[in-house]
Amino acid sequence: MANATFQIWRGEQGTGSFIEYATPVSEGMVVLDAIHDIQAAQANDLAVRWNCKAGKCGSCSAEINGQPRLMCMTRLNELDLAKPVTVEPMRSFPHHRDLVTDVSWNFRVKKKIRKFTPRRPDAPDGTWRMQQEDVDRVQEFRKCIECFLCQDVCHVLRDHHLHEEFIGPRYLVHAAALEMHPLDTLDRREELRKAHGIGYCNITKCCTMVCPEHITITDNAIIPLKERVMDHAFDPIVKLVGLIKGTTPGP
Amino acid sequence: MAHATVPLTRRRFLETRRRDAWWVQPLVVFIILTSFLIYATWAAFQNAHYTFGPYLSPFYSPEIFGNSPHAILGPKPGWWPGWLPFSPALIILPFPALFRFTCYYYRGSYYKAFWADPPGCSVGEPRKTYLGERYFPLVFQNIHRYFMLFAVVFLVILAYDVWKALWWTDPLTGQVRFGVGLGAVILALNVVCLGGYTLGCHSMRHILGGFRDQFSKNRLFKAPYACATCLNTTHHRWAWVSLFTVAFSDVYVRMCSMGIWYDPRLF
Ligand code: SF4
Ligand code: SF4
Ligand code: FES
Ligand code: FES
Repeated sequence: MANATFQIWRGEQGTGSFIEYATPVSEGMVVLDAIHDIQAAQANDLAVRWNCKAGKCGSCSAEINGQPRLMCMTRLNELDLAKPVTVEPMRSFPHHRDLVTDVSWNFRVKKKIRKFTPRRPDAPDGTWRMQQEDVDRVQEFRKCIECFLCQDVCHVLRDHHLHEEFIGPRYLVHAAALEMHPLDTLDRREELRKAHGIGYCNITKCCTMVCPEHITITDNAIIPLKERVMDHAFDPIVKLVGLIKGTTPGP
Repeated sequence: MAHATVPLTRRRFLETRRRDAWWVQPLVVFIILTSFLIYATWAAFQNAHYTFGPYLSPFYSPEIFGNSPHAILGPKPGWWPGWLPFSPALIILPFPALFRFTCYYYRGSYYKAFWADPPGCSVGEPRKTYLGERYFPLVFQNIHRYFMLFAVVFLVILAYDVWKALWWTDPLTGQVRFGVGLGAVILALNVVCLGGYTLGCHSMRHILGGFRDQFSKNRLFKAPYACATCLNTTHHRWAWVSLFTVAFSDVYVRMCSMGIWYDPRLF
């Protein structure tokens, strides 16, 4: 078995440094396997968060050679093993220990988004009827595994630390799933514009590029939401039509 | 386990641990857009060689005032201020220019390539402050949908130009005859590419049904929305291809008009 070298970020609470580990690697291994081998044989106290090893729990997010990725879905044969592979924690969240960050900010943000509020049930037994064509769009957004890689790469959070003013791509996807839902009755455009800070997104698409679920975050969620916010907040023609019809545009 | 929240550290400009050539894409965008801007500005100020036979360069269409037979309202008006350079292109070019400037795709690209905001994904930025598109001036990018409507009008005009490009006047007899030159094919191709670009616009996608939550309630929007969505998935490609075709159409007409290129008659 060949050896590969990993430079793993070790340290606590934002301090630390890269420590180099060499470990045998074989065909089919992913970065998380190598991390586990290192943890078992050389660094029992290495902190790493993981759960499913199948790219579905969203726990093992890290930055591998500078790219935000899931460790369990990054195969070693995609990387240049001639050079040491760097593995470090996500940058947009407070550091906890080694590869583990405190992602609880995300859960607090989610609470700020008004919940799914369906219309009254369609049938007497309390159920609803939906057409597949009406939910096609939001199904893409429901693939999200909350790995927060998109939040990590987004420069508004990563470089400008606007965590208090911007909910980030993950929650814009969530808001889009609610706003475009055929049963939902709420209108979240005003808070999207103000409290959720959709205008901070400058559509540079880094979130889309890192999403392990291949959700077209920018084009299918954020830009359509920006257009809806535009109807609501800026567009005089839409306002005029709304006034004449006595309605607000929407469902 | 309780722990204090650690402040996040900012990265230095261009700091990244990425190993790939992340800078290639913004660099290519920078080079192409800069070249286009320089050429388009130069061509717009020329006020010459923008027609050849029935062909009219898309940079100069519609020609509202001008000296060519394509001019709708005749030559340069008397009230045009003397200090202001005149060219038919300068009157109309701001519309397509602002359409592209406010295009969601170009915005994302030039924020990276020209403003390093960010220079590349997970690459450190030069500035600390950031307003995004939330405040003045960039909040004005939201007027994109109006420029999109102008772009549709321009598309119709350019399509009509292609039709006119098929009718050649004999200089001796004054007789008008049908004929297809390579130039007409190029102008037509340009309209197709501009159509692919404009109809796949995000604002178009919104207007054609994206604003609705239920397509099953009103069938009218379903097919148009599906078409716009289909073109929208390749919007970036249409953006570049149409940028090239519109510039090349101008080059072609210019070269033919200057007698440097010969326009082959296909039939
Ligand atoms: S497209 Fe918007 S949300 Fe996504 S990474 Fe860029 S700025 Fe952030
Ligand atoms: S949108 Fe994609 S990248 Fe973002 S949290 Fe969900 S799965 Fe992860
Ligand atoms: S361990 Fe679950 S996504 Fe990687
Ligand atoms: S989004 Fe590109 S033209 Fe409208």
